[in-house]
Amino acid sequence: MVAIVRKAWRQLTSMRTALVLLFLLAVAAVPGSLLPQRGVAIEKVNDYLKNNPGAGPWLDRFYFFDVYSSPWFAAIYLLLFTSLVGCILPRLRTQAEALFRPLPDAPARPERLPVSRTFDGTAEDFAARLKKARYRVAIRDGAVSAEKGYLRETGNLLFHSALIVLLVGVALGSWYGWHGNRLIVAGPDGEFCNTLQQYDEYGLGARVGASDLPEFCVRLDSFKASYLDSGQPLSFTANVGYLDGAKEGTHRLKVNEPLRLNGANVYLLANGYAPILEYTDKFGRKLTTTVPFLNSDPMLTSSGVAVFPDANLDPATGKREYGQQIGFQGVYLPTKPADPSVGRSAFPTEKDPALMLVAYRGDLGLDNGIPSSVYSLKQSQIDSGRLKPVGEPHMLVPGGEPWKLDDGTTVRFLGTKSWVAVSVRHDPGEPIMLTGAVLLLAGLLPSLAIRRRRVFYRDGQVGALAKNEYPGLGAELDQLLRDKDASEVRV
Amino acid sequence: MSGLSDSLLPVAILVYTLAMLGYAVEYAFSSSRGAPSRQLVTVGAGGPPSRTTEAEPRNRAALGGKIALVLTWLGAAAHLGTIVTRGIAAERMPLGNMYEFVVFGCFVAIASWLGIVTRRPNLRHLGLYATLVVVLLLGIAATTLFTPVGPLVPALDSYWLAIHVTAASISSGVFLIGFVPAVLFLIRNKYERLTAGVPEREVYLKFPVSLGAKLPRSEVLERLTFRIHVFAFPIWTFAGISGAIWAEAAWGRYWGWDPKEVWLFISWVVYAGYLHARATPSVRRTTAIWIAIIGWVTMLVNLFGINFMVEGLHSYAGL
Ligand code: HEM
Repeated sequence: MVAIVRKAWRQLTSMRTALVLLFLLAVAAVPGSLLPQRGVAIEKVNDYLKNNPGAGPWLDRFYFFDVYSSPWFAAIYLLLFTSLVGCILPRLRTQAEALFRPLPDAPARPERLPVSRTFDGTAEDFAARLKKARYRVAIRDGAVSAEKGYLRETGNLLFHSALIVLLVGVALGSWYGWHGNRLIVAGPDGEFCNTLQQYDEYGLGARVGASDLPEFCVRLDSFKASYLDSGQPLSFTANVGYLDGAKEGTHRLKVNEPLRLNGANVYLLANGYAPILEYTDKFGRKLTTTVPFLNSDPMLTSSGVAVFPDANLDPATGKREYGQQIGFQGVYLPTKPADPSVGRSAFPTEKDPALMLVAYRGDLGLDNGIPSSVYSLKQSQIDSGRLKPVGEPHMLVPGGEPWKLDDGTTVRFLGTKSWVAVSVRHDPGEPIMLTGAVLLLAGLLPSLAIRRRRVFYRDGQVGALAKNEYPGLGAELDQLLRDKDASEVRV
Repeated sequence: MSGLSDSLLPVAILVYTLAMLGYAVEYAFSSSRGAPSRQLVTVGAGGPPSRTTEAEPRNRAALGGKIALVLTWLGAAAHLGTIVTRGIAAERMPLGNMYEFVVFGCFVAIASWLGIVTRRPNLRHLGLYATLVVVLLLGIAATTLFTPVGPLVPALDSYWLAIHVTAASISSGVFLIGFVPAVLFLIRNKYERLTAGVPEREVYLKFPVSLGAKLPRSEVLERLTFRIHVFAFPIWTFAGISGAIWAEAAWGRYWGWDPKEVWLFISWVVYAGYLHARATPSVRRTTAIWIAIIGWVTMLVNLFGINFMVEGLHSYAGL
């Protein structure tokens, strides 16, 4: 039994196994770049599942939409890291021993080594040159042994250990990190505070609870975007105000300049328009709502819905009449195209804005417990006829004439506010990852650039050999023998 | 300035093509299994670098090669001009889209190649292959990838662009040059196996194995491949690290398995596999070289496949 385990361990920690596992890891990473991934774009996964009812569920069963958190991906990298640890530990010991073990005796005939020269000088003279070239040198019985280049193996071990540091960083991040996405509409009403309820979407690490989120609030004061004439964006700047514990401040939030708060960073992801609609119901009450529209193209053609569930509520009885709720489905064009039939915005800023609305009246279906999107009306209500379109679609301009519906109620388009979508993130693994990355490079460079080599001298004969391939060994030796001042020898 | 840049690129391509012809002349008129490879052995084995190229069998061949080398330098000058003038026209690092990335990467490839031939003049005739690959890639850049000069999109507007993309294109260029001797090794290796112990006239060799006759010995090519990859790998590693740092600032996470990141990772792992394979005595050198070639294939997938076909956060770097 022990023998089997030992054999399996030896197998696992062999270079060949490491090679096979590395290759497997590369292959296993491929499908995640070809299929949509839940962690990256969940909507695309849902689309894919809808469009591929045959293969989709099977792929899903085998985690093909969660490749990088799948058991098989984890199996490969955990095996690889086990192999890595099994590989590093004995090498660490060997390396420590190598640093302290006395140098081997010079062979009886150094001229038989792969590279050999003659030197007409004493052992002490030769040893002095080697020492100047920073060799580790021992003189025994008139013969010289010297070695150099330990840093190669040290660097290599550092490199491989750094890989483990990186794995620890990733693990910490996934246990103690969290993130949330939130859309913030400009103005004091749009202010958002860091609690789970306020996020549109969030993910908490395995060891994070709702109460662990630090307290802060963020508000969008204004948003500015500039574009080329072609519509290519030049810059996005969100001026935000924040309250972080007791500290209050403002920040110019840009794509590459996150707001770094105590305990979380806020990143600018997207931006758009939120039309403001005012609906006057049949009792003459004015209801106003500001609804963020999502953009569907780079020119910010945006769409969304405005619902008025409390419309036509009888002020005398306070009773809700479900058949009298009202909702609008809209498309907002910040710049109307020259040809109105195009239906898409011609430019991302509000040069000639227009809002296309379709009105619906009836039961919005908001109370039946089925979660609904805030960006579209419930299709099931429309299909079942409980929510009916009213009149023809209508175009409104900001501050323009109200649209009078058939029952005498009116809707006005007051204008828009900007919104930004932000991602709020906290990842305690980051400093560890950075440290690991620096160690990784610091180990990799000497590991690749340095060669370990030994030089021996006995009776005027000099011989050298390198542990790793080193075509320049002869040249180094020549230099060593030629130079009066051996300190110039390049490493 | 941008007009100058756009017209310098065809000049560079043309001059490289002429250089390619020069190398081809040298290649065609030099003797097979001839002096160049034998001299190379002594160079490669670590003796003092020999500068004896006089043994070149025919002057015509040598002349063709020398002219080609001069042309390569001239082409590189025009190529550099393209990049610099474009940078001036755009008032930024000329690394903001795929066209600029490929043009820069090809320049790094040519520069590395010139560096190699300067140190080892005997490899000059391999310039045929180096210029061939670069001319092909530049041709694709000029015809299908071309994008007019423009400012950066906000996501790219960061000093990390200079750091991360420069590292990525430098390492891509060097890997590209590493790919050339890797393929030549396979050809030469096959050639050596087929001709071992047989007089040359008695074996019939099909293309491309027949090219092997005029290539340096396989050990030389193998070692060259290794050295180039060893040079490029840390730069690629750094490209990954700096990309992660930038991603943290721009998107809030240092790593998100975006398709471009996935393929950076894949290439990195494959090249690490190559270095491992080469360090493992029980793995044959041919196998190791194949891994290096797969590495280059993954680089191409990342550059073309991902930019054209898969939508991700890096998509703006496309067209
Ligand atoms: C997590 C996966 C691994 C990666 C990404 C990786 C990467 C690398 C790289 C890039 C090199 C070449 C640079 C250098 O010499 O430092 C290398 C060398 C080496 N690796 Fe790994 N490695 C991994 C796992 C392993 C494992 C599991 C073993 C043990 C079986 C191992 C043993 C070695 C050895 C012995 C060398 C030195 C080769 C030489 O003498 O040049 N590595 N590794």
